[in-house]
Formats: sequence, C-alpha cells, structure tokens
Amino acid sequence: MSPAELLVVDDLSVTYALPRGRQLIAVANVSFTVHKGETLGLVGESGCGKSTISRAIMQLPPPTGGAVVFEGRNLAHLDTAALRRARTRLHMIFQDPISSLNPHRKVRDIVAEPLAIAGMGDAEDRKRRVRAALENVGLDPDQVMDRRPHEFSGGQCQRIAIARALVTEPQLVICDEPVSALDVSVRAQILNFLEDMKAHYHLTLLFISHDLAVVKNISDRVAVMYLGRLCELAPSARLYEAPLHPYTAALMAAIPVMDPDRCRSPSHLLAGELPSPMNPPSGCRFRTRCPRATPHCAAHEPEWRETEAGHFVACHFPLVAPQGATISPARQP
Amino acid sequence: MNALADDPGHETASPVGATIPMRVRDRLGLRFWLPAAWITMVVVLAATASLLPLPSPIETDFTALSNWPDRAHWFGTDQLGRDILSRAIFGARISLTVGLLAPALGLGIGMLLGMTAGYFRGRVEIVIGAAMDAVMAFPGILVVLAVTAYVGASVPLLVILLGVLTVPTFMRVARANTLVFAQHDFVLAARAMGATHWRVLSLELLPNVMIPILIYALLVVSRIIVVEGVLSFLGLSLPAPWPTWGNMIADGQVELATLPYIPFIPAALMFLTVLSINLIGERLRARTDLRGSVL
Amino acid sequence: MMDAGLPLLEVTDLATHFHTQRGLLRAVDGVSFSVRRGQTLGIVGESGSGKSALARTIIRILSKRHTTTTGRITFEGRDLLTVSEPDMRDIRGRDIAMVFQDPTSSLNPVKQVGVQIEEVLARHLGLRGRAAQTRAIELLTSVGMPLPQERLHQYPHQLSGGMRQRVAIAIALACEPKLLIADEPTTALDVTIQAQILDLLHRRQKAHHMAMILISHDLGVVAGYTDTVAVMYAGQIVEQASTRSLFRNCRMPYTAALMRSAPNLSDPPHTRLRAITGRPPDMVLPPPGCRFEPRCDDATDICRNRRPALSASDADGTHRYACWHPVASPGASA
Repeated sequence: MSPAELLVVDDLSVTYALPRGRQLIAVANVSFTVHKGETLGLVGESGCGKSTISRAIMQLPPPTGGAVVFEGRNLAHLDTAALRRARTRLHMIFQDPISSLNPHRKVRDIVAEPLAIAGMGDAEDRKRRVRAALENVGLDPDQVMDRRPHEFSGGQCQRIAIARALVTEPQLVICDEPVSALDVSVRAQILNFLEDMKAHYHLTLLFISHDLAVVKNISDRVAVMYLGRLCELAPSARLYEAPLHPYTAALMAAIPVMDPDRCRSPSHLLAGELPSPMNPPSGCRFRTRCPRATPHCAAHEPEWRETEAGHFVACHFPLVAPQGATISPARQP
Repeated sequence: MNALADDPGHETASPVGATIPMRVRDRLGLRFWLPAAWITMVVVLAATASLLPLPSPIETDFTALSNWPDRAHWFGTDQLGRDILSRAIFGARISLTVGLLAPALGLGIGMLLGMTAGYFRGRVEIVIGAAMDAVMAFPGILVVLAVTAYVGASVPLLVILLGVLTVPTFMRVARANTLVFAQHDFVLAARAMGATHWRVLSLELLPNVMIPILIYALLVVSRIIVVEGVLSFLGLSLPAPWPTWGNMIADGQVELATLPYIPFIPAALMFLTVLSINLIGERLRARTDLRGSVL
Repeated sequence: MMDAGLPLLEVTDLATHFHTQRGLLRAVDGVSFSVRRGQTLGIVGESGSGKSALARTIIRILSKRHTTTTGRITFEGRDLLTVSEPDMRDIRGRDIAMVFQDPTSSLNPVKQVGVQIEEVLARHLGLRGRAAQTRAIELLTSVGMPLPQERLHQYPHQLSGGMRQRVAIAIALACEPKLLIADEPTTALDVTIQAQILDLLHRRQKAHHMAMILISHDLGVVAGYTDTVAVMYAGQIVEQASTRSLFRNCRMPYTAALMRSAPNLSDPPHTRLRAITGRPPDMVLPPPGCRFEPRCDDATDICRNRRPALSASDADGTHRYACWHPVASPGASA
C-alpha cells in the first residue's frame, strides 16, 4: 500500500439478517481507495447503500465482509483502545445538523466531546482547542460556548458539527449528505466552507450525496452507486464529460437545469423505480431500468474494469461517448 | 487565528436574541405557580410538623369532642377530640412519603430497564419486556390488599409494593423515549467518536429521556397519593391512631350527615394536592412539547 | 399557450399573519399575482419565504384561530376569503386540488389506495361502486402507475415514495380540477423519480388545460416546467416575470444571487460558489426597507429606509421586480 492511500475499502459487503432467514444485501463487493488530500465523491439515490458504506467504514457496525484499511491498518482487527485512537483521526459529519447535536448539551461540551472520549489534553488544553475550532468555523466562542443547539440556525448547527469533527485534527472526514438539509443560499456557504476547512486542516474528504452537481463541484474523483454496487468511478471532470455507465448518464440527465429552453424529451427520463434490495435483479442490477439492456445483462453480472487510466465501470455495454458530445442514454453502441 | 475572516459567505452568530428566533421566553403563568405554591406549602408543613406549635395528632381532648372549626381548633376536632389541623398535617407526611418514594423507586428501576431495553434492543429487550408483562399481569391492587392484610402495613412495605407496581409503565415510557432519541444522529456521532455504551446512555440519552419521564412521574405521584388514600380508607395502610388522609376520611364518613367537616377537610386537602400535581405536570408537558416542536 | 380573457385565479394584496408568542409573524405580506387556464406559475423561495403559507391560504386550510388573512383571492369571480366553509369544501378537491411535499402524511395510512381515490370521487362527483372503481383504475393508469388494478387494494406503506406521490396526484386530479397547487411535490424524492413526477404533472396539466402553481425551492425545477415565475423572499414577491425573461434577464439581486449560488454542472471541479451572506430575516421583526438589504452587496441608504415597490421593468410590463438598484444587464444565465 502506497503512503498516498489513506483509506482502502476492499471488497466491502454489508448484509442484514431479516426474519425468516432472509438476507438483505445492502452493499455488495465495493472496493475503492481514497488518496491523501483528495475529495472522493460517492453518489447514488436513496437506498443505494451509500450511507451504509459510511457507517461500515466507521465500524458502526463493522462490515460483514471485506476490509476497511485506514492508515495501513485494518480497522476490524484493532482492539477497543486502538480503534478509539483511530477514531480521533477519522470523523463524520451528518445530514441533519440539528439531529446530530444533542439538544440538552452546551456547545462547549458538544465540541469537546471527541477530546473527552479520547482523553486528549487537560481541561485547559481542551478549552483552548474548542475555542480554536469554533473560531475556525467562524463562530465567536464567547457567544456560542454556553448556548444549546436549538438556539442556532441549521447552517450554524452544521458549523458546530464541523467544529466537533475537526477538534481532534483528523485525517479523514466522511461527510454524509452534509448540505442536503440546508437551504439553497446556506448550502453554498457550507460547501465553500468545507473547501476552506479542507485546505486549512489538510483534510481528505469522502463526500456522500445524492446531488451530482454538488458532488461534481467538491470532488476530485466520483464514484456512482446503484443498489448496493459501484457502477462507475472516474475523475470528476472526466465522469461528467464522458460517462460510461447508462445509470450515470441518466442521473445527470435528470438534474434540473436552470435553463427554460433546454429540451426535455421523455427519452431523457429513467423509467421505473428502484427494485427492492431484498430481491435484486439477476446479472446487472440496473438492467430493469436500463435503455440498453439485453438478455446478456440478465444472465451475467458485469465485471468492474478499468477502461482508461483511473476510469472504472461495471457495464457490458458502456456508452462510447466521443469528446464533447451530449449525453444520451438512448444512443446505441 | 480566524481562518475565515474574509469569507464572504460567512454567517455570523449574533448576540442579540432577535436574530435567534428560537429563544422564546415562555412564562409558566399562574396555572403553574399557584399549584406549585400549594404543593410547597403542604410539603413544608408536613416536613416541619413536629416543630410546629400543634397539638398532638393522636392525643384525645375530652373537653372538645366533635368541635366545629373555631379559634382554638382551626379545622375543628373529630369524634375523639383530636385536632383535625394537626392530624391533616401529620397525615400529609404519610401520603407524601408514599406518594413520592414509591414513584421514585419505580422511576429508578423502570428507567434503568427501559433505557437498557431501548438502547440495546434484541434479546435484552425481549427479556425485559417479558418480565414487565409478567408484573403487569398481576392484579396490582389485589396484591397490595393481600400482602398488607397478611403482613401488616408499614410505610416501607407500601413504598416497595406500590413502587414495584409502577415499574412497568416507567419502563415503557423510558424505552419509548430511548427508542426515539437513539434514532437521532447525535447518538451515532457519539459512537463514531468512540464513546462507550455507558457514555452514550448517561451523557447523550439520559438528559433527553429524563424530562419526559419526570413529567410522567408527576402523574404517577398524584395517582399513588389517591391509591394510598384508598388503602387507608379500607384500613389497609398505617393502623390507627396514626393519621393518614385516607383513614381520616374513613373515620369521618360515619357521621357525614351531622359532622361533614371531619371527612371533608382531608378530602379537600387530597383533592387540592392531586389537582395541583396534575396541573404542574400538564403545564410542564405543554412547555417541553413546545420546545420539542422547535427541535 | 395563454388564454385571453379573465384569469382563473387572481390574488390581490394578500397578507397572512400568524399570531405567535413573539408577536405577529408576517408569513405572506402583500402578494399579488394571477394565473390563467392552461398556464403554470412557478413560485420559488427558500424555506420561510412564505411560499407554503401562500398555498395554504389560497385553499384556506390554515387554522383561523392563529392567523389573520387580508386581501382578495378571486377564483372564477368569487372571493375565496368570503366564501362559506361548506362552499369552500366543495371547491377544495373539485375545483382546486393540492399536492403536498410528503405523500406519506397526505395519504391515510390505514386505508387502501383505491378506497381513498373512490372517496374523493363519491364526495365530489357522486360516483360509486363499479363506476368509481373503473374511474380509479383510469386515474392510476393516467399517472403512470404500473399494475393499477392491484394497487387499488394496497396500503400507502406498501408503495415507494414515488408511487405514493403518483397516488396523491391521482387523487388531486380525480375531479379534473381547474387549478392544481403542487407544493414542493418532488423535494422528498430521488432525482430520477423527481424527473418522472415533474414530467407527469406537466403532461397532465397540458392534457386537461389546467392551471397549475408549482412551488419549489429549486430554480432548476421551475425553469423547465413553468410559463411564469414569481420569486418570493421574506413573505413578498421580489421578482415576477415570464420564465424565459427571468432566467435570461433577471433584475433583482436576490434572484441573481440564488442562480449564482447553486453549483453548476458545466463548471470545473472546485469552482468557488458565490454564496449569499447571512440568512433570511426574522419575519416578526423584518428590516424596515428592502428585506434583502442586509444580505445584498449593492445595498445603499435608500434600501435600508424605504421598501421598493414591485414595478414593471420593460416596455411590455410583464417583468416586474422590487429593487432600488436592479441588476443592470442579463444577470446570470445557466
């Protein structure tokens, strides 16, 4: 493993046992690497398993299959104390900033909690770190330390949550839909702010979202998920220029664009609904909604392969999109 | 120090309440303070009863049998010439001791079990749930009647019996609230930071579960006071001559037609006390609900 | 595309004030607009801008005890604010229907889908039995529901979010309303399903020559499916124009800022977003002048002291905005 590889997710699977001996495979055989200093975006619709992956990385609960290797160590093999130490270098930011802060605790205690759990520093040192973290997220410590979360707006709560995530100066921060619950005008503030924090703390980010436009803006590389599996992974600009997986193309076509003249032919629309993860389609999981599906797709599961340097796809009939062409899932190979 | 001083997209926290609309001063009002004053008075009087210049609650004064309220005996005397004011105050001791300690016992055990069940789920929850169902299946009042009739009543026995009977409902309230709050991301966040289960339960969940359960406890207190009253009315609480509100009403009812004040005074005291507790509970619940909606 | 003659719905100087513990909250504060048959009006605003309160005022489902409503809502010549409650119940559902953000809470969880549709048919059209069932199947088919016959006997929780929203739309369209108000109909849904639902609403609206008010926080959603757009900020309409004119030539700094602040797919990664500073004002104590003034880069003294009126910008008079210092030329184009 090269020193640039901060997090390696290898063949990760998460399975839930259901009543009557049935199984729900939430995430199946997912592998990706997050390099030091980059932002990896993880995109997919609800139920695709992207949040399950973030929890599996955090070992909450540990994955049922595969490995999560952080800074060269398999997190599943660490004992309690070592895992607790690793957690100071690996943090998480959640979607709903209000729900992620305990309404009955003061901001000073909330932000100091990671330090208290890890037993870092004495009271004086902790106080100094909390003040610094709050200042860095743009909040005045004297004004906010003794308040409780319900006295703040959603955007401010998200800043407090970010201060808590940064107080131990971690290496990797997993952002699970951090701006989805915020208003449009506040969303841009927090996104800019995450970029600032990334530069200031030399962070590596795993940025999970359902919003492709947001992910493209913040990520260096983007991975697309569908029904528990990775479909495509590519450098951000490349993915948007020339998506290879029909699902990526369909997701992009579905984004509302601020242009009243853009043609909206129904051919752009992805038909049907997400199949039940309890009973996923055979072969390629996307085939039930794919405009290019053939009997071959039902019989064989597509392989995860690299089509060009850094561009991975799992599809039997990837779109061959020439440079500069518009995206159309309807084009035949 | 501030890395973002020049960030144009910078949302600053303002010190003035006006820009933080959540901070609402909601007054509790007379509907809270009047009952609270009554409860405080009853508790203070009951606690300091032996220091007050009161005639003995059990000594009979044969010169003053069945006196209507007058200057010497503010609440009058009963058929045996005992001062009703004194008896009412000493009687409050029993009612309040049982009424507060029994729910406290039930709350303690119930909350422990309920939070454990709601947080860990799985087998723990099934076992605790089954145990609680078993307790609830007992016909509660009959058990209390049987045991007190057999062993003889005492304050500790009443507290334990009535306390155990309230455990299942406290457990359910605690479990339901734990289930709700355990869904919140702040619990996951604490786990992600490496917090132990004990730390999550005590620091993250307990403060949130405590408030609804304390408010529920107020309702239980008022119910236990009535239950204790019923037991002493039936002669199954503390034996005579020691007064409780219940046995005062029982003693007085014989001559209800001619001396109505004798049962009326303890009944009125009990009524006012129970009503006050319920009013306080209702007000507090409305208030926390309001904050809940803001959250 | 547009009908001549009187508008179907005309809202004049409408104000909805909520009585809160802190004082009067001016959720809707002097709003005027009109919608014609066959036309779609988009209302865009952030949360708390008053767009949902406006929709709820029009169909009169706000609690009377806690709100004061003034102004006029003329629907087919009748003022909805003076119509009796029984008459209003007839109008609601039959003439004006509404689709809400969360189909989970707008559908009854303990009743089968078919029963819920048939109830509406019985209440407003007097359809019962066989006829009602046939019509329910037709409706479910028209909203693109697969296997409509089987869906009739399912409960809402057995359907996905997108399917539930389709049922909610089928119920709303059951009596072929003249006006459909869709309040953030796709906010709770995934992008691919959002596209399907918006497309469905658009097609039904065209097919029935119905008027529609599409409320959203997302300018992108509004861009593709509306004829005119009103942008709301802090309870007021701050800019109103034909959709094309708004996106090509917006004049109000808030609209421009809203367009700029969203990440754009055509920008390279790590493009710094042009965020709007601060956050919307407290609606109990709104700023005395222009309500966007505290967050506006171009604000001057006049903005602080005097509230700008909604005035026409161009010769045709359809593009109106409320601003002392409008954005000069085409502000932002997507």
